[in-house]
Amino acid sequence: MSNYIKLIALGLVTLFAMIGTNYARDLAYQVHAIIVMLVAGGLFLYTLRHTGEAKPAGGSPQNEYFDSVVRAGVIATAFWGVVGFLAGTFIAFQLAFPGLNFEWAQGFANFGRLRPLHTSAVIFAFGGNALIATSFYVVQRTSAARLWGGNLAWFVFWGYQLFIVLAATGYLFGGTQSKEYAEPEWHVDLWLTIVWVAYLAVFLGTVIKRKEPHIYVANWFYLAFIVTVAMLHLVNNMTIPVSIWGSKSVIVWSGVQDAMVQWWYGHNAVGFFLTAGFLGMMYYFVPKQAERPVFSYKLSIIHFWALIFLYIWAGPHHLHYTALPDWASTLGMVFSIVLWMPSWGGMINGLMTLSGAWDKLRTDPVIRMMVISIGFYGMSTFEGPMMSIRAVNSLSHYTDWTIGHVHSGALGWNGMITFGALYFLVPVLWKRERLYSLSLVSWHFWLATIGIILYAASMWVTGIMEGLMWREVDANGFLVNSFADTVAAKKPMNIVRGLGGVMFLSGALIMCYNLWMTVRRAPAKEASLTVSVPAE
Amino acid sequence: MSKPVKKYDDDPNTTGHSWDGIEEFDNPMPRWWLWTLYATIVWAIGYTILYPAWPMVNSATSGLLGWSTRADVAAEIAAVEEANAPMNAKLEAADLTAISGDADMGPYAVSAGSAVFKTWCAQCHGSGAAGAKGYPNLLDDDWLWGGSIEEIHTTVSHGIRNEESDDARYSEMPAFGRDELLEKDEIDQVVNFVMSLSGEPQDASAVAAGAVVFEDNCSSCHMEDGSGDRSQGAPNLADAIWLYGGDYATLTETVTNSRYGVMPPWNTRLTEAEIRAVSAYVHQLGGGE
Repeated sequence: MSNYIKLIALGLVTLFAMIGTNYARDLAYQVHAIIVMLVAGGLFLYTLRHTGEAKPAGGSPQNEYFDSVVRAGVIATAFWGVVGFLAGTFIAFQLAFPGLNFEWAQGFANFGRLRPLHTSAVIFAFGGNALIATSFYVVQRTSAARLWGGNLAWFVFWGYQLFIVLAATGYLFGGTQSKEYAEPEWHVDLWLTIVWVAYLAVFLGTVIKRKEPHIYVANWFYLAFIVTVAMLHLVNNMTIPVSIWGSKSVIVWSGVQDAMVQWWYGHNAVGFFLTAGFLGMMYYFVPKQAERPVFSYKLSIIHFWALIFLYIWAGPHHLHYTALPDWASTLGMVFSIVLWMPSWGGMINGLMTLSGAWDKLRTDPVIRMMVISIGFYGMSTFEGPMMSIRAVNSLSHYTDWTIGHVHSGALGWNGMITFGALYFLVPVLWKRERLYSLSLVSWHFWLATIGIILYAASMWVTGIMEGLMWREVDANGFLVNSFADTVAAKKPMNIVRGLGGVMFLSGALIMCYNLWMTVRRAPAKEASLTVSVPAE
Repeated sequence: MSKPVKKYDDDPNTTGHSWDGIEEFDNPMPRWWLWTLYATIVWAIGYTILYPAWPMVNSATSGLLGWSTRADVAAEIAAVEEANAPMNAKLEAADLTAISGDADMGPYAVSAGSAVFKTWCAQCHGSGAAGAKGYPNLLDDDWLWGGSIEEIHTTVSHGIRNEESDDARYSEMPAFGRDELLEKDEIDQVVNFVMSLSGEPQDASAVAAGAVVFEDNCSSCHMEDGSGDRSQGAPNLADAIWLYGGDYATLTETVTNSRYGVMPPWNTRLTEAEIRAVSAYVHQLGGGE
């Protein structure tokens, strides 16, 4: 019966997408209509062919953990990671060598089109898949319950991949609403909303049916991330489409209010997507890998609530010295500074969990990866509040310092903790005794670490240099440098930045090889240990 | 909460829960962490009393210090303007030709003009003023509309071929090909002739015929020897300096469709002192007359 409903729905979507393909007012929308038409049409045929067949006996036993979707998530994370790092490395070299904005690729592969592709690929495709996969894994293990909602988890996974493909093709073909980290146009936003609600349902459903008396701290963070991102996404994408056959839409907020909503969103994408969500990851994988208890339960409660309460107000620090009224800018700065210690609570809890197990840093490169990730987290959550101070911001704003700050957080904290989680997960999910090669993990660790340091250091230097050059005036108060002078001065550092990216990307490729060989070659676990059943 | 359990010899108690084997110690929060958090909160309260911060019904608290970014920037601008006011007044009153020779005004005009140039002119003429295709090089002595300080001042003030200023410099070359004033082979001939004025033509056999075409159609503006006419902005074609390019294809395009380079008037956006300063700056770059 449910198949008939599915067939009707898929048929209608296919038909609508066909009409959309015909009436599309712009290229991005047309490409999206074709993609949706192919996906929905393909699913329609698949469902049609399987309707009326008896359900295969057995299937996946309902008493086991739902790990197949987590395995798919691990693969997607690694894949999108490489795509995102590659795009980032390429655009870094485009900045150093503008000739790489090839004439024949204008309008598709020039910096302006590829930059959002890079940011979305690393944040939403790499980071998002890492969060979805690990949250599905962690919530099952710490709730001792199978994922709620049956195949809804698969819908979340594939629906999210479709969102990524729609977002990416949109950027390349010129569909963007020009809001940083919220570039996808209205029709893609709507789809993400549906997927996200399903994600919330699966996660919350699993938490609700848990067999543990308490909810583990990692799940607080994951849940805060899912709920807040839903709210941010809805408010920042309040748009009215110009036509249902076109990707263009008009935002309901105007002027400085629109800017404020955008940076309320933008900063909390950092706060909840890249901080709270990844803290959830940290709270599970670090104690697991270290085999030590979490340092302090009290600290986790206090820093969780403080972080959740404070982060949401910090957005205005992105708009210092703009049309934003001074009072809002003051509040943004003040909340950012108070946020410093709550952010560091996570660092303390992560690092101190290793006390009593520090020797593992010598022997276990995976732990080393997690520790350096927490180190970068601590560094960028100190740097962030510092940069939010108006006097510092007047120098740092609009310069490469901001880019360096973001990357020490994204590459160092988000990247490294994700790599650590992947190295933990692959042997468990594919039931292997160990990783294929620990020395390859060490290679990855050092390549990535040196890459990040090259990146962050070169951007500090250019950022501060740029800021000083912009504000340099002579004795009569006249500007000394033109904008192009600062661009020319940055060239050597732009090359160093690109090399940092090459190293980080090479590390990730080594990881992919290592994980692949773990699945293919590492010795399997004994059969008696392979069934993952929720502990009663 | 379940009963605390002592499990790790040298360690504090755990809270007694275990999730997938993960336990939690019942450690207190580190004191330094807690006190730093309190300190930032106290600081935050103090700061928001001193500076504009808390939104009320119709406005926000303005802070005890009475500080505002707009007042700050206005004060900074006013201070610079006040310091420069006597010099600007002197600049506006001076005879244009007297500026560069004056011991105070000369260096002042160059540094002020350089700042104006880097802000408003560099986008087209380049931050080094070397120009680009379609945007004249201001470092050489090849001038379209004249390189004396007065001529430069007029060009900067009113611009070229724009709609905004009635006094804009104006001239228009006919589109000889598009408007069918010349045949295709005549264009080929005249292009070869123009190339021969300062270099090698593509087809030497066409030069003689091209000279006749040039004489009939071009010499009224560009002069018989191709040296141009600054009173109508007609470029010198004999000096091997090209605004759009001196190769066969580009010249054919120029003769066929003409060119219509535009420069905005700056007297609506810059003060007279700024225009004089930037004129003096451009004049001393190398080609000033």
